[in-house]
Amino acid sequence: MPKYAMVIDQRRCVACMACVVACKKENDVPPGEFRTRVVEQTEGTFPELRMELRSELCNHCDNPPCVYNCPTGASYKNKENGMVLLKSYRCVGCKSCVAACPYDARYINEEKGYVDKCTFCAHRVKEGKEPACVATCVGKSRIFGDLDDPKSLVSIALHQNHSEVLLKSVGTIPRVYYIKKFSKPE
Amino acid sequence: MTAKFSRRTFLKTSGLLSAGIAATTMLPDRFLLWAEEQGMLTSTLIPTYCEICFWKCGAMAKVINGRVVKLEGNPAHPGSRGKLCGRGNGGTGLLYDPNRLKTPLINTGARGEGKFKKASWDEALNFTAEKMTKIAGQYGPESMAIFTHGAPTDHFLPLISAFGSPNVGMPSFAQCRGPRDVGLELTFGESIGSPERLDMANSKVVVLFGSHLGENMHNSQVQDFSEAIARGAKLIVIDPRFSIAAGKAEKWLPIRPATDIALLLTWINIIISEELYDKQYINSYANGLDQLRTAVSGYTAEWAAGETDLKAADIIETARMMGKSAPAVCIHPGRHATWYGDDVQRTRALGILMALLGSWGREGGAFFATQASFPKLDSKPYPEPSREPLNLGGYPFAGGEGVTQAIRTATISGAPYPIKGWFVSGTNLLKSLPNQKETIEAIKRLDLLVAVDVMPFDTVMMADVILPECSYLERHDALAVGKGKSLTVSLRQPIIEPLYESKPGWWIAKELSNRLGLGDYFPWNTYEEKIKSQCSLWGINYEELKKVGTITIPNTAKPFITALDPPRFNTASGKIELYSKELEEKGFDPIPRYTKHPLPQSGEFRLIYGRHAVHTFSRTTNNPELHELYPENEVWINASKASDMGISNGAYVTLVNRDGIKSTPIKVKATERIREDCVYMVHGFGTTSKGLDKAFGKGADDQQLVTRYAVDPICGGTGMRVNFVSIEKGASHA
Repeated sequence: MPKYAMVIDQRRCVACMACVVACKKENDVPPGEFRTRVVEQTEGTFPELRMELRSELCNHCDNPPCVYNCPTGASYKNKENGMVLLKSYRCVGCKSCVAACPYDARYINEEKGYVDKCTFCAHRVKEGKEPACVATCVGKSRIFGDLDDPKSLVSIALHQNHSEVLLKSVGTIPRVYYIKKFSKPE
Repeated sequence: MTAKFSRRTFLKTSGLLSAGIAATTMLPDRFLLWAEEQGMLTSTLIPTYCEICFWKCGAMAKVINGRVVKLEGNPAHPGSRGKLCGRGNGGTGLLYDPNRLKTPLINTGARGEGKFKKASWDEALNFTAEKMTKIAGQYGPESMAIFTHGAPTDHFLPLISAFGSPNVGMPSFAQCRGPRDVGLELTFGESIGSPERLDMANSKVVVLFGSHLGENMHNSQVQDFSEAIARGAKLIVIDPRFSIAAGKAEKWLPIRPATDIALLLTWINIIISEELYDKQYINSYANGLDQLRTAVSGYTAEWAAGETDLKAADIIETARMMGKSAPAVCIHPGRHATWYGDDVQRTRALGILMALLGSWGREGGAFFATQASFPKLDSKPYPEPSREPLNLGGYPFAGGEGVTQAIRTATISGAPYPIKGWFVSGTNLLKSLPNQKETIEAIKRLDLLVAVDVMPFDTVMMADVILPECSYLERHDALAVGKGKSLTVSLRQPIIEPLYESKPGWWIAKELSNRLGLGDYFPWNTYEEKIKSQCSLWGINYEELKKVGTITIPNTAKPFITALDPPRFNTASGKIELYSKELEEKGFDPIPRYTKHPLPQSGEFRLIYGRHAVHTFSRTTNNPELHELYPENEVWINASKASDMGISNGAYVTLVNRDGIKSTPIKVKATERIREDCVYMVHGFGTTSKGLDKAFGKGADDQQLVTRYAVDPICGGTGMRVNFVSIEKGASHA
């Protein structure tokens, strides 16, 4: 069984927003809502500045608080590939998962009344394609693949670089990894 | 049947989905995507190339049941390599923008009043042709000028040339790349092309002068940029603003605006005096080193530190970084180069630096384009105009794209002969030319203003007659020939039929040609016929091209200098001209010199502007898919300066320039990411067109504040970073 994950090589990101627009088109995300975003953070005072560009999306956690908090079983962790997905027909729009997610990765589709979020483009992955955000990523900053396959691009990237996850201390065990620096720490 | 029906009944009653659904545009994308996933509908992928900007990226359009649901990059195309930027991904936002021009329109009010009545194509085309004929009869065909940009140029420039006018003006020259191209031509005998022929992915050092790659999204170039960074290239960014690129830089040099030439000449001095230049390369291929050495000897790092507000040590360190990594140094020559009016000379300095580092024609620097080319289709020669063109404006090195503002000036003065008609296609002159007052003044003196466009942009709204072009996803356009390391041909073809009553540019041009008695210049029935004959002349299988979108001609290029391939430079001397006799003969400095520019006074800021990753000029501000990501521009003000002035982040202010022109209210971005002596805004916002209901009333227009401009005497480029603004607090914002 594949163990899907995403690696975001922040060194390569230029905040061009191609991922954001591609995701919206691929998944017909309603106006005003996003399944992914690029956060730009600058620290310091002029001219001693440091910038971080960070793409954020659902972390497809191995210990997902959204799934745990869903009263109807709409949110679930796919046992075969580890994707955190949603059966929209079971969702009653109670927002319990929205509140539980520490990554602010979910939104209510106001028109339809159910919650929605990143699916790692499960429908594309099924066809052997990359998620839309990865396919269009101009800087090749987003990498997708199978952690169990040592030859996959994600495995290679994680092997060659030091990586971090967001909010490690909260224990969600995310499957989205971030490469911030240029080499493994000493 | 009046009861509501479920989706299931709907599917049954509507007949087989695979047979197609009549009300195609009524079905939501999500339904179509679902139906495709269920196997009830099939999708097709049709290749084309993008026109949201002018990089011409190969794209694949995914169509389900007649609706374009998504655009993706075409892996076969060198400009996209299978990827599209945010704007390209948002191309369907233009196609389905409800504010599109839907029918021909004729203004029934005063000039520019915008009292439009719907017209039939016949009516609008006859109106246009009659007025053009009248102008030619009364004043001569030269009195009809064309302003144009992008794909429409391939249809309407031939029309106006056939009509007998030489007066073309493209803002891409005098408001953009002109000075850069002229500067490089004078130095190397050729410019760098578009896409720029930079071997950035293999560079050890990348130098960006005001170029904000990442915010400026030229697809394959940004791919190379990211690649270079990932491979460990050191990045030097010279920018008064901490751009996205600066955030990735080894060295960010927050230069005082308008002092770039001081830094460049100092770098040149250091590289020569520390003997970091490529001696063999310069001895073999360049002339004028001795004169250059003498000319720059006075430009010391200490002196430059005073001019540029940078540290002398940083200037020296960055010069050495370049020298040590030569020739694999990519000095990006910029693109929008019209800054201060001495822009040809600034580009000359950039070119001289490239030459000293030996990076022109070397790996990691700039490469040579393929020598392969395609023959031209035979066509009827255009009539020789009986009067001199006005579009060179008397500037000795003005290019073939013309100097827009020279035509504007002649329109106002009527001298040396009157310009009475403007044909405007694909360019929003009010947003692209400096000093809107002059543009409006000129428009008032016209007998005819024709606009061809997809959207009701500001300039379109001033027209006497509007001819609505369909979007790039609904039409054929000229084959895009790319000359990089190899030769490529890409096809633009209709993905769907034109919506509303809009028509392809080629059809509009051909219909006008018939009415003007110029049909011989358009000797085909459809543009596809013309493309087919080109393909057959060029030995390209058209059916194949339709399927794959881009065909690459086997590589015959020699991109880099080798012992067997010594370079030939198309300059007067046949060598790289560190010293330019051509310039000297015309009375200009043969080697660039630094001259001080005025600086802002107390309480003033220099107005600088640039781009946002999801916008192209003013063209995309109303695109629903891109508008959402950056709906209004902000004015960047240094955070401590803003705090001193009592201006808070997110407040609305008004900018006022030295001529008393006030901007519309604009939101403040108080940030550490900019110097104290300038303010920055993204170009293209603050539309005056009420036809753009998303963009109207959002943000401010930088061009409105650019009332003053410094004209480059060498080529006519309009330096537009020469305006100073003060900030008025407490603007009300709806």
